[in-house]
Amino acid sequence: MNVSSGARAAPGPDPGVSRPPAALTAVGFVALGLLALPLVGLLQRAPWSALPSVLGESEVLEALRVSLVVSLLATAACVVLGLPLAFVLARRRLRFGRVVRAIVMLPMVLPPVVAGTALLFALGRRGLVGQWLDSWFGVSLPFTTAGAVVAAAFVALPFFVVTVEAALRQAGDDLDEAAATLGAGAWSTLAHVTLPTIRPALAAGTALAWARAVGEFGATLTFAGNFPGRTRTLPLETYLALERNPEAAVAISLVLMAVALAVLITLRDRWMPR
Amino acid sequence: MTVELDGSVVRPGWALRVDRLEIDEGVTAVIGANGTGKTTLGRAVAGLDRLASGRLTIAGSVADDPAAGVFVPASRRRVGMVFQDLRLFGHLRVIDNVAFGLRRAGADRATARRKAGALLEQVGVDSAMWTRRPAALSGGQRQRVAIARALAPDPQVLIVDEPLASVDSSGRAGLRALIGESPARHTLLITHDPVDVATVARRVVVLDGGAVAGRGSVTEVTARPGCEWAATFLGANVVSGLAEGTSVTTATGLVLTVATEATGPVYVTFPAHAVTLHRDRPAGSARNAWQAELARVDVDGERARVHLAGPLAVRADITRRSADELELRPGVTVWASLKATELTVVT
Repeated sequence: MNVSSGARAAPGPDPGVSRPPAALTAVGFVALGLLALPLVGLLQRAPWSALPSVLGESEVLEALRVSLVVSLLATAACVVLGLPLAFVLARRRLRFGRVVRAIVMLPMVLPPVVAGTALLFALGRRGLVGQWLDSWFGVSLPFTTAGAVVAAAFVALPFFVVTVEAALRQAGDDLDEAAATLGAGAWSTLAHVTLPTIRPALAAGTALAWARAVGEFGATLTFAGNFPGRTRTLPLETYLALERNPEAAVAISLVLMAVALAVLITLRDRWMPR
Repeated sequence: MTVELDGSVVRPGWALRVDRLEIDEGVTAVIGANGTGKTTLGRAVAGLDRLASGRLTIAGSVADDPAAGVFVPASRRRVGMVFQDLRLFGHLRVIDNVAFGLRRAGADRATARRKAGALLEQVGVDSAMWTRRPAALSGGQRQRVAIARALAPDPQVLIVDEPLASVDSSGRAGLRALIGESPARHTLLITHDPVDVATVARRVVVLDGGAVAGRGSVTEVTARPGCEWAATFLGANVVSGLAEGTSVTTATGLVLTVATEATGPVYVTFPAHAVTLHRDRPAGSARNAWQAELARVDVDGERARVHLAGPLAVRADITRRSADELELRPGVTVWASLKATELTVVT
């Protein structure tokens, strides 16, 4: 390697010093294969020529509409609710911080079906809070589009909160202090200093939450059911299509996978670890 | 108008206790070894640290009094701060960093930018830099921006924490003048540079171990520094002169030989213990030797601080025994000498 190419080399560990043993590398590539194989499988089965007509089916378009409405509303809810929560976690010394943080992250590791069941017992018509919603406001969430939004927001919220909280911690309060000495009150500092400083993390958290909301299946099915035009989102449509018309299932899966990949690639190395 | 502080700030592991400190108009230098509470003192006045006990008043109104439940937040104190680590807003252009305080005070964008530009010109930041982000500027340029940003909202009190540490030497004199310029403002200048004290400070506060060890005018504190660290720091002699190569001509015409080359107006600093005194003209390697009249001798334990009158008003620290041997009394004439390597040239 000559000097000029060395200066341009991508940053990272020196390959000569820390190259892992050959066997380790081999197993690593097997794992990569495991992750990449489903993608290849989909691409190989894709009905490329029939793609426009399959995706143009009215059931698919309807599910796409429901998916967009549900995922965008859920993402908005994540931002509105998640931002204050991220501030509380990053800037307040909480008495049971560990427990609180575990509760926040729970939906990330909980089986979505369990999440849906839990939502049903909390917000269902006979649920802990749901019975009051029903008798006081006449609102019933299960098996409605609003219910699908709640289910998607529930599983997507931690992605937003964790991303933004990490950025707030990293930013610290040095700039907030500087703003205060320049006459900026709490809200002014938030709007003019704190939020602009963590803007990349806000974008990343929003994108991750949206991607998770789009892909939500188990909690939606359990809590919101599977009603065409109301709660039947693209993932639900995919599952149904697998029985009825495998080609459609492959086509929708391709779309969802492309969306997920697009989000990750847009986030790039700026917000994701290299 | 004064700033009055009488109270304590408690931090994990230690506390700063200040009894009846009054800060008047003009520049007050805050000196002391690392970890003695200089920054904490500034933060308490700014409202970034709360008092644990006692009271802080700024211009007659109570800013912090925990017993009375009063705490005026930093944003409403009109206390500006230049942080040691600068803390410029990375997402804002240089000019909008400086305009920030003016905007928060209600100025419209155009007015704020115009005033910010005028200030940036004063501190010597080229207008080509104004639309860049702070990260694109050199350390010295960033420091100037930080000073301009703190001055912009015209604070009643300005706290400057180690302001000139990373400014290139050519710009220091101008920034010093800027900090010392506004006599109505209360400026707390936290510093490690004897030249700051000699040139812009009217008064000095010495902190030692979280308490005020000395206070008063520069002359008073130099006579009674209150702790060993401050004695050494304030014992540093500061002489102004005109440099040409390794020669510096002082105002009284005495030429000092220094070890580093420079051109133009400079300060030469050297510690009091670097000055050697003799009854007769010294032979040997010291290039800088002059005859001086002895003004005063302060004896403090085993140390004697000798004050020399013209041609250079300098202080010399010698042992009490040497003072006795030399039979030093006010009015006698002695020879003083200095090694070139002991002299620091500050441009």
